[in-house]
Amino acid sequence: MAKVELKNIRKTYDGDVTVIKDANVTIEDKEFAVLVGPSGCGKSTLLRMVAGLEDISGGDLMIDGERVNDLSPKDRNISMVFQNYALYPHMTVFDNMAFGLKLQKTPKKEIKERVEEAAEILGLTELLQRRPKAMSGGQRQRVAIGRSIVRKPKVFLFDEPLSNLDAKLRVQMRMEIKRLHKKLNATMIYVTHDQIEAMTMGSKIVVLKSGDVMQADQPMTLYNDPANQFVGSFIGSPSMNFATGKVVKNGRQYFEGQGLKFSIPENIEEKTAQFLDQEITLGFRPESIYNHDYEDKAQLTEKNEIEIDVTEPIGAETFIYFHSAGKEFCMRSSSGLSYQNNQKINIGLDAKKLYFFDTKTGKRLA
Amino acid sequence: MREIKLSKILFWLLLVVMTAFYMGPFLFSLSISFNAEQDVFQWPIKLLPEKWTLNNYLHVWQDLPFSTWLTNSLIITVVQTLTNVFFASLAGFAFARLNFPGKNLIFSIFMASLMIPGIILLVPKFIVLNEMNLINTYAGIMLPGLITVVNIFLMKQFFETIPKDLEEAALIDGCSYFRIFWQIFLPVSKPALAAVAIYTFQGSWNEFMWTVIVTTTSDMFTLPVGMNFLKNEFQVNWPLLMSGTILISLPTLIIFLVFQRYFVEGVASSGSKE
Repeated sequence: MAKVELKNIRKTYDGDVTVIKDANVTIEDKEFAVLVGPSGCGKSTLLRMVAGLEDISGGDLMIDGERVNDLSPKDRNISMVFQNYALYPHMTVFDNMAFGLKLQKTPKKEIKERVEEAAEILGLTELLQRRPKAMSGGQRQRVAIGRSIVRKPKVFLFDEPLSNLDAKLRVQMRMEIKRLHKKLNATMIYVTHDQIEAMTMGSKIVVLKSGDVMQADQPMTLYNDPANQFVGSFIGSPSMNFATGKVVKNGRQYFEGQGLKFSIPENIEEKTAQFLDQEITLGFRPESIYNHDYEDKAQLTEKNEIEIDVTEPIGAETFIYFHSAGKEFCMRSSSGLSYQNNQKINIGLDAKKLYFFDTKTGKRLA
Repeated sequence: MREIKLSKILFWLLLVVMTAFYMGPFLFSLSISFNAEQDVFQWPIKLLPEKWTLNNYLHVWQDLPFSTWLTNSLIITVVQTLTNVFFASLAGFAFARLNFPGKNLIFSIFMASLMIPGIILLVPKFIVLNEMNLINTYAGIMLPGLITVVNIFLMKQFFETIPKDLEEAALIDGCSYFRIFWQIFLPVSKPALAAVAIYTFQGSWNEFMWTVIVTTTSDMFTLPVGMNFLKNEFQVNWPLLMSGTILISLPTLIIFLVFQRYFVEGVASSGSKE
């Protein structure tokens, strides 16, 4: 298995349209890295560059320490699972899985063994003589994964492989791919636009936006310690709340903005002091908002009264939406308290979980 | 409800009229081919002959060099069909899937050549082949039709509907571009290949004008040209001509009926493939 290093990788089309800007990412051996970002952020392009399906305009792509920029896809020792499965429609499942091995002139006996072994892992043994047309979406995607496994590549690449499956099957396949990663102990790079998929599957997540790598780290690090406003907003569902305002000093430091006012925790006052009276964006997650009157939580900020717009009870928890100074915020309550539309409540924020961003650049300040 | 029914009736009526329009002459030819020569011009016209005879078909085989013309037609049609299927798919693949300098320009020139009426090209083609001493040879008859732009266009359009993922999966599996063409694209392109084969077979089998121009002796005639020589200045043996014509039209008819499904799919090949 292998370590994949992207060093200042750049992709430009027609010399002037840059879609990947100096990407620097290291994917360690046996790591499950997920490239995630909104449509058009360049995540698929990056994966296709690793696969060799797109030329690399600049920088170095290293697999296992070897520069592979100029190697053709077949010589990179990678395999790829496509969103639309890309199975050969005129071949049986067995032939689909064996095709790559036949081209490598692998002995017939070994091909049979490897295909049967992969089919066993993926539960395809009964379907080996079927054509893709006679299979369901989930089965087809398993065949596509099987085609990858039999080649025993250094790196597995997945390009939004679950996007065409229904919600239930997607969750099931998500688990299967995770299990497969555990079993094969392989380096995998996985592209998705679904941040939940990214969070649940990846041991490392690379967040991309407009061709820039915004942050690459472990899922919970991204969640708890986002490097910028984009990562804060992209990771987590419902999304992080943002309020623009100012840090003012009146004895203590206060945040004022979007109808909210509360003192800034002492431990970060030193950092926020640099931005006194400047516009700043405050980020806080829905679960960091508490009902000040009923929830006994240490380190809550001062009370702020809000009026609930709508509530969305989903069982174990309730999403509460409210407006403040024209901006919508979401609160996630798992306290079991019951809330009504138009009810007025006092909220407080968990002072330990406040994120301050530069409004102009989106960079995390504190 | 009533309106739908009325539109259906009109639709069926139109189909019946069109079928009669196309089938009428064919059935009339069929009827004449079973008639004795003297009965052809009886009035009123009888679609079912009073006296059925197979003599005309027998005469076609016995009195005319029909087997020579049939052999010529077969050789030319089979060769042209095979070369068209092969070259058109190869060129179509290149235009649809490969990047090479001048691709769009070359394809535009190809397409522009379709605007030139074929009849204008007869003389230049003749002069060129005459210079090559190929007049009245198989090569002379076949060369201009070994590949046609329409077929390239048809194959290009079909190949463009095949998902790019399939090609990329094959590249990762280790295929060269020729292998992708040969082992992946061709097997999934049967409808388009069938359409090209039927089109070419039909066109080549029925080709008349070019063969008339390029052949000088009757032993190089193809069936349509040979049949034409049954008409002379003063008299036409209609039953003999019709029985020959019916025989000529049989292969295309059979091929079309057998491959009809592929043909229709191939012509309407805009749907996406898996």
